[in-house]
Amino acid sequence: MDMTSSYAGLTLNHPFMVGASPLSDTVESVKAAVAGGASAVVMRSLFEEQVTAETMATHDARDFYADTFAEAASVLPEHDAFVLGPEQYLDHVALIKQAIDVPVIASLNGSTARGWVEFAQAIERTGADAIEINPYQVITDLDRSSADVERNIVDMVRAIHDAVGIPLAIKISPMYTALPNMAKRLVEAGAAGIVLFNRYFEPDIELEELAVSRQLKLSTASELPLRLRWLAILSERVKASLAVSGGVHSAADAVKAIMCGAEAVQLVSAVLNHGEATITEIRESVEGWLSENEYQSLAQLRGSMNLLRCPNPNDYLRANYIYMLQTWQPG
Amino acid sequence: MVQPNIRMIDGNDAVASVAYRLNEVIAIYPITPSSGMGEVSDEWATRGQPNIFGNVPSVTEMQSEGGAAGAVHGALQAGALSTTFTASQGLLLMIPNMYKIAGELTPFTMHVTARTLATHALSIFGDHSDVMACRQTGFAMLASSCVQEAHDFACIAQAASLESRIPFQHFFDGFRTSHEINKIAMLSDDDLRNMIKDEHIAAHRKRALTPDAPVIRGTAQNPDAYFQAREACNTFYNACPGIVQSVMDRFNEQTGRAYRLFDYVGHPEAERVVVLMGSGAETVAETVKHLANEGEKVGVVSVRLYRPFAVEQFLAAVPQSTKSIAVLDRTKEPGSVGEPLFLDVVSAFQSAGRNGSTPRVIGGRYGLSSKEFTPAMVKAVYDELSADKPKPRFTVGIEDDVTHLSLRVDESFDIESDEVFRGVFYGLGADGTVGANKNSIKIIGEETENHAQGYFVYDSKKSGAMTISHLRFGPDPIHAPYLIRKADFVACHQFTFLDKLDVLDVASDGAIVLLNSPFGPDKVWDELPHEVQEQIVECKLKLYVIDANKVAHDSGMGGRINTIMQTCFFAISDILPKDAAIEKIKEAITKTYAKKGDEVVRRNCAAVDAAVNHLFKVETPEKVSTQRRRQPIIAADAPDLVQKLTGVMLAGKGDLLPVSAFPVDGTWPTATTQYEKRNIATEVPIWDNGVCIQCNKCALVCPHAAIRAKVYEPSALESAPDGFPHVPYRAKEFKGMEFTIQVAPEDCTGCRLCVNVCPAKDKANPRHKAINMTPHADVLERERERYDFFLDLPELDRSRVERIDVKGSQFFQPLFEYSGACAGCGETPYVKLMTQLFGDRLLISNATGCSSIYGGNLPSTPYARNADGRGPTWSNSLFEDNAEFGFGFRLAVDAHEDQCRNLLERLAPTIGEKLVMEILEADQSTELGINQQRERVVALRKSLANVDNPDAKRLMLLADYLVKKSVWLLGGDGWAYDIGYGGLDHVLSQQRNVNVLVLDTEVYSNTGGQASKATPLGAAAKFAAAGKGVDKKDLGLMAMNYGHVYVASVAFGAKDNHTVKAFMEAEAHEGPSLIIAYSHCIAHGYDLAFGTDQQKRAVDSGIWPLYRYDPQRLSLGDAPLMIDAPAGRIPVSDYMRNETRFRMVERIDPQRFKRLAAQAQQAATRRISVYQHLAAMRMPNGNGSTHEE
Repeated sequence: MDMTSSYAGLTLNHPFMVGASPLSDTVESVKAAVAGGASAVVMRSLFEEQVTAETMATHDARDFYADTFAEAASVLPEHDAFVLGPEQYLDHVALIKQAIDVPVIASLNGSTARGWVEFAQAIERTGADAIEINPYQVITDLDRSSADVERNIVDMVRAIHDAVGIPLAIKISPMYTALPNMAKRLVEAGAAGIVLFNRYFEPDIELEELAVSRQLKLSTASELPLRLRWLAILSERVKASLAVSGGVHSAADAVKAIMCGAEAVQLVSAVLNHGEATITEIRESVEGWLSENEYQSLAQLRGSMNLLRCPNPNDYLRANYIYMLQTWQPG
Repeated sequence: MVQPNIRMIDGNDAVASVAYRLNEVIAIYPITPSSGMGEVSDEWATRGQPNIFGNVPSVTEMQSEGGAAGAVHGALQAGALSTTFTASQGLLLMIPNMYKIAGELTPFTMHVTARTLATHALSIFGDHSDVMACRQTGFAMLASSCVQEAHDFACIAQAASLESRIPFQHFFDGFRTSHEINKIAMLSDDDLRNMIKDEHIAAHRKRALTPDAPVIRGTAQNPDAYFQAREACNTFYNACPGIVQSVMDRFNEQTGRAYRLFDYVGHPEAERVVVLMGSGAETVAETVKHLANEGEKVGVVSVRLYRPFAVEQFLAAVPQSTKSIAVLDRTKEPGSVGEPLFLDVVSAFQSAGRNGSTPRVIGGRYGLSSKEFTPAMVKAVYDELSADKPKPRFTVGIEDDVTHLSLRVDESFDIESDEVFRGVFYGLGADGTVGANKNSIKIIGEETENHAQGYFVYDSKKSGAMTISHLRFGPDPIHAPYLIRKADFVACHQFTFLDKLDVLDVASDGAIVLLNSPFGPDKVWDELPHEVQEQIVECKLKLYVIDANKVAHDSGMGGRINTIMQTCFFAISDILPKDAAIEKIKEAITKTYAKKGDEVVRRNCAAVDAAVNHLFKVETPEKVSTQRRRQPIIAADAPDLVQKLTGVMLAGKGDLLPVSAFPVDGTWPTATTQYEKRNIATEVPIWDNGVCIQCNKCALVCPHAAIRAKVYEPSALESAPDGFPHVPYRAKEFKGMEFTIQVAPEDCTGCRLCVNVCPAKDKANPRHKAINMTPHADVLERERERYDFFLDLPELDRSRVERIDVKGSQFFQPLFEYSGACAGCGETPYVKLMTQLFGDRLLISNATGCSSIYGGNLPSTPYARNADGRGPTWSNSLFEDNAEFGFGFRLAVDAHEDQCRNLLERLAPTIGEKLVMEILEADQSTELGINQQRERVVALRKSLANVDNPDAKRLMLLADYLVKKSVWLLGGDGWAYDIGYGGLDHVLSQQRNVNVLVLDTEVYSNTGGQASKATPLGAAAKFAAAGKGVDKKDLGLMAMNYGHVYVASVAFGAKDNHTVKAFMEAEAHEGPSLIIAYSHCIAHGYDLAFGTDQQKRAVDSGIWPLYRYDPQRLSLGDAPLMIDAPAGRIPVSDYMRNETRFRMVERIDPQRFKRLAAQAQQAATRRISVYQHLAAMRMPNGNGSTHEE
């Protein structure tokens, strides 16, 4: 069975890759994921805000006390190799790139226009095969419009596209008033892949402490339907390949996502729950299902249930149940 | 001649650069001001930088200078080229080995930043009292007087030592030379190779101890042999001066820089000559040139090789025309005929004979503890030599109005050339002024033809500390080792300084003044105090302003205004063309900060660009327009001594105080910080009585006793200021009383520990707590009045506090307040708690270190007294002997008490048996019991007053010792784990009732974060920059091994009640007690406002276990050890990742960090398992007594 897939300019042996997660934290865990069958690895994001915050905090911690007291010109040792900036992340990408032979997709979350571009260029220099852009931000400003936010993201994608040669994917949120238009503009700006969808830390309240805590729960299959709808809506209508992220826990889930148009299936929670071998298990089950159902290739399956090809597109679109009676039209 | 490599460098780096390249084994121990040499050597070794032999020297930090000397001695004996760096008491600890090294004729050069010895007081500053204490060891002594010489002599000393076999002590003045940055020509590796001869190294190697050609050295000798054998080395000493001169001559050939054993400068037919050594010789030489130009027949002999003292060469250096000589010694030997150099000069003339008449020789002291030594003082010495009857012994630089030894100095005498640009910069330590100035002089010195010099003066406080930078630039080499007296440029980087200090005193007529001002060019004039306006008008000063804080804030630099002020300096001083200067500043920023991240560079450069646009010239009026005077620096109600002595020192005018102003023996009153109102916080915590749950945690964690709790009778509120906040006390023990938490707005440092620890949140608005940071300026007046009132509220009767926990302890008056410790200090909350619990009967012996500096560094002292006049009495002996010193306190107190008890028994018939019995059998285990005993002592005194016999008089004198005293031995981990461990161990092995409090910051904090044996696995510290690979020593477990020692490990930020409990139990334990207290520190590298959060993580991860080991529990049939907090709640790495000291290891080498973090986790687990065994231990017979009573 031909399982190959073409995602964001990369040719994959099959669509099942490891999504951005702790699975990319060490060379060992990445190797294990590849051994488990991953066709590509998406790294955890490099957060510009975090790099800057640590840089400035460390600078303050060291320099605030330098040359302040006669007995001590400084309070921490100097070390040539102690460099602050994105280096640790970049070194890690380079190390992983060397350790495995499937594509490595680095991920970036910038906070300034300059940071997005410079960090993306730095990532390209590590040898990464593609960049997954993670434009996660929580907008709290009452005076900032969605149009402005969207324009910013599109401009940023264009700027990165102009500055680097490797393919770009963008991992978006489902919360857009006009998601297809946003997707179209992102693709026009240079995104070769769209990942549906980002999942976020969610707040919780600690009742005794009167404090807010943050948590990130593993996904469940219940998150899949939202993704199926938007995969189906975008599939073949935007000039970019699509990836599903979040909610694929079984071969059936995967088949559904591919039917709706996914070129790539990012697995995280399933792997964290059941181990790296899950990747191969899902792939083999999908292959088996295709054979059983007499599909010629994966390509035949891909997009078969999207908005353009599915039997009844309205099923993706209706917000509420419409009684049969109301759809009945007299003779 | 080799083209010299020009660098702007300080004396320490200049010397280390040579010593490192010429040696193989470096053993050191941190001590100010020499620490920099060891640190930079360690940096080079970490970087893999080779010496001239192509190898990377091994740099090892030892447990004391004694240890360093021993290691060096061993390395030398085994044939290595070895060196060490030290000063002051550290040098004294090396003396025993120095005798050995010299006695064995071992080539070796040590480099000493000459520093004051501790006598009536410790001083970190420079003079020759330490090196002079070594002149009997047999070491040759070579003195350098400036940065270039220090660099050159480091090489000459080692070459001469290898050739002569005499070990060398190369010394240069602490701070004045070690910390002065000057422009020097660096010796290349080839220079060094050409100076050090292979044959001499080979000879040294051949003398090494080796089993392949065995000899023995270090034998014991008897009366038949020792004396002759001791004389056998004479020829080597005789040859040494000649060898030194020949090395100097070779050095001249190599570098073009000529030196002689004694260098003469001055009129060829000088009649008056000064002899001295060290940096002062530069001042005298420059003054001599000035005076000789004016025709005066004066000269100076600068002593280079002081030991062996070459009489012939010395006499040859003194012009035949000389009629009188003044010998200046930078040391004091009380009771001697004269100081050492003076005696040498006298005896040189005496012993050698000389054609013509012998000149008159007088001797004087100058410059003790870095006291300024200026051309005006030099002139005074020459003037004295012209007098008919010069003082035979004199001092210069102070006013001695007691023994009248001092010379009168005409302060207006000045020799500085108009070609030299002089700038003085007042900054805060934290604003980066010194760092930027170091960059400025590097730019000017290294990028232009100009010569440059930088010297930096720091204050004695660690929080809100002021720095003063003295910068000189000029076309000729700058030989001016004294502070700038008249500056062309004065920068004041903090507007508030104008109201505290006479900042413009140093400005010359027409000088430029650059002011960081929140007020613009149109407004600033009206905000200046009268004195400042007057100086600007009278001296026609040109005033410029910039709101640097705003520029810094807008460019994301927080409070770092340094590059902004630096840019303004270049923009208006015309030293370099403005654009070129800005370019250079940015280059320097990139160079300095590149490693710290692009963002830091970017923000600094943005600040530089913004600076010029915000700099304004102020059109100043021609008349003074305000009557507002500068604030008095000392509170008006301060006692006379504080006004006249402390106040003058605080105003920066301590140099003007005469001898008579000072105590004769180093004894000072306590409780003087209360009069110094520093106002260094920008925000202070304000209490909301509606939200408070009355836990008193804020008061407990405050490092400066600047937020306090009181309960008091409602009637006390009658005279309260309007709106003084209070609430009824909630718990039953003080029902009906009122409660207040009050901040000391002028003493708070704004560290935020209290706000972070506050558990009480407003239910409707949980962001609002029971205490909240509020801008200082908004509340100062109101809170000052409230705090004054609060202090006057009566203190609670101590005996009424039944439960001594966190809450109860904070109703005891802190007798340690407003110290100069860092904002957010993790040590001082423990010290303060100790004084609250036991302060009115407390003797403290304090090891040298942070705690002795914030505890006892003049001008003001934080240990305080209660309303009865009682409070801690405090002393610092040394770094290494603190346990023994405090133990001595206990022996004395016990002896006094024994004597009292004996006398009481003898006097019982006279005084009355009942009172005597009550006193002798008093239970003093509670505050009530102590109170009652105090009352009995009063009664005893009353009855003794009527008894006329010697026993009664003796008892009268000592009767207070019948009230229980508490002896605490205080110090850091450097003391307890390293240098003082032997003594501490011994004291713990005794059965005396002493309490040891180890303030464990896990590094040598005071000297700048060097690793100690308390440094945890995986932490980066100096001498462990890649992360310490060995686990922290378990001091507590070692003490537990004795069986009779009470041991506790505490962390107030993790479990405050546990800390209080441990202090109470330690004090109650009738034997030695040891408390090891986790102390967060600036050397850990994070914002200390989160210190208590990190303490929690340390405990939760198990890396800092909380426990108490109480020997008494064994005898009760219980396990002696109680583990007081569960470990393993979070991984150790979660704790480590929040601190730069660990984080930098992760960034340097993530794999190594991972390994070390895993090892740290294992070590924590292993420690806990060992403790669990002890916690489960039961003695078979239920009696665990391990010693005889």
